[in-house]
Amino acid sequence: MIDDIVQPIAEPVPVKGKLHRITGKLGIGDIAFNGVAQLLLIFWALMVIFPFLWMIMTSFKTDPEILFSPWNLPDTLQWNNFSRAWNEAHIGRYFVNSLIVIIPSLAGTLLVSSMAAYVLARFEFRGRQLLYYLFMAGLMFPVFLALVPLFFLVQDLHMTATYQGLILVYIAYSLPFTIFFLTGFFRTLPTEVAEAALVDGASHFRIFFNIMLPMAAPGLIAMGIFNFLGQWNQFLLPLVLMPDQNKYVLSQGLAFLAIQQGYANDYSALFAAMTITMIPTLLVYVLFQRRLESGLTAGALKG
Amino acid sequence: MHHHKYRLIIPFLLPALLLYGAFVLWPYAQAIYVSFTSWRGVSPNKPWVGLDNYERAWNDPRLTDALSRNAQILIVLPLVTIAIALTFAALFTQGSNAIRGAGFYRVVFFFPQVISAVIVGILWSYVYHPNVGLLNGVLGAVGLGSLERAWLGNPTTILWAIVAVAVWSSVGFYMVIYIASMQSIPTSFYEAATLDGANRWTTFKDITFPLIWETLRTTLIYIGIIALDFFVLVQVMTGGGVGSGRRAEVAALYLYNQAFDRSRWGYASAIGVILLVLTLLLSVVIMRLTRRETYEF
Repeated sequence: MIDDIVQPIAEPVPVKGKLHRITGKLGIGDIAFNGVAQLLLIFWALMVIFPFLWMIMTSFKTDPEILFSPWNLPDTLQWNNFSRAWNEAHIGRYFVNSLIVIIPSLAGTLLVSSMAAYVLARFEFRGRQLLYYLFMAGLMFPVFLALVPLFFLVQDLHMTATYQGLILVYIAYSLPFTIFFLTGFFRTLPTEVAEAALVDGASHFRIFFNIMLPMAAPGLIAMGIFNFLGQWNQFLLPLVLMPDQNKYVLSQGLAFLAIQQGYANDYSALFAAMTITMIPTLLVYVLFQRRLESGLTAGALKG
Repeated sequence: MHHHKYRLIIPFLLPALLLYGAFVLWPYAQAIYVSFTSWRGVSPNKPWVGLDNYERAWNDPRLTDALSRNAQILIVLPLVTIAIALTFAALFTQGSNAIRGAGFYRVVFFFPQVISAVIVGILWSYVYHPNVGLLNGVLGAVGLGSLERAWLGNPTTILWAIVAVAVWSSVGFYMVIYIASMQSIPTSFYEAATLDGANRWTTFKDITFPLIWETLRTTLIYIGIIALDFFVLVQVMTGGGVGSGRRAEVAALYLYNQAFDRSRWGYASAIGVILLVLTLLLSVVIMRLTRRETYEF
């Protein structure tokens, strides 16, 4: 089932050797090259995997075990760390808050961007280039430069500490890249079906929603995953725009918890909270790895 | 094309334009205006003070310190990240036969990039923990106990400990970009080089490197912009830059503290504008410095 969804946009290029030796035989140099390569790669793989494994292992330990035998496996798996993190440390609430924000903001991002991208990709009108570059300018600047006025703007709109404020801002800051990606995507779609429908008297609106959007599904999925990660991991915007502790989103709540637990010495709940926060990302990554890679790297390559 | 097309164009563009204009473009424009005022956020009127905030920034040793840290990061972060990512990408593409487990390595290396910087920051502040931390434990286990220290408590190591985390989390991302770029080079180039008796290093130096140059300079600008920001990791790993964390304070964190702790909105905005100008300058300078003949293929 997953395979149906994850039809890659472009066939992923398999990682393999470029340099085909004419002889077809492996010389000593090749064997040495591969040996050194494997050593380096294994080293880095361990560097990446080890901290995460340590984190997961630690989240199953008691506090004394963490402090006095940080290296050993837990004696018994402390599942109660997770329930403590979920309930007492409010990670459960933050998790739900994140969902409350991210579901509408993802839907909004995809709808608003795909409409704009469709028009930018498929229609000729005055100022089209200008508009496109205007959106692309947003790719250049780090978000924190706009923080101060953004904070006051949201305050003036009476949307500080509200979900809708955060949702609108998330959508706005996701637009440049999503529009950039989807404009490129709409340009690659064939025009014949839409033209035939137009001749048959279908309205532009119907053509967009009934024909073009379904055709653009792979691009929309790629951007859905990309923005899910970006918005799920977002820290700076909620830090400034969501001062209400009951409405903290997950990464914000986690950072708050880290400072708190540092004082309270409840490391086990903190590690459990980190593991809980990582799980959705891990799942999305494992399921959509290829798609994600192409989405994440497209911007850097073309930007 | 169709004379009713504006009935579609306008309503389709309007939501995006409104949101983008209001929440992205307008704040940037606002920031420039506020930077010329001494606004403290309480009263609605913003007293105009001309260049005072900029003059103050010029004479503020704390800002100078913070910016010099950004400058150090700017030199080290791109070099180290690109060197490692490029090495790995070359290992995957320059060998005479496929590296065993290539797919696995690629998935693993890329993974930290998708994890929230907050998790990465917290996790690594425990990896660096003086007593229960993974790093000191590993150093002790391999007989390098003399190197053990409080990595984030020590003023000489704190900044580089944080930079190392940034390298760790992004190497896989750049590696994948370089692999894609290297794989777009036609195989025939390499075959010709092999026939001429070129070894791996010459092939890499004379073929691969010049042909992925465009990608390299793009990523250089990309990492440069990140080096001028660097907010989240420092904020999370130093608890907001308090105590010994001051030794890792970067300009963005100083901006944040001036704005949201001290309510010096005018001054904070001036720092923001300075960073914006520096970001743009950096992009232009890198573009100029790295301009070379491009090769069409």
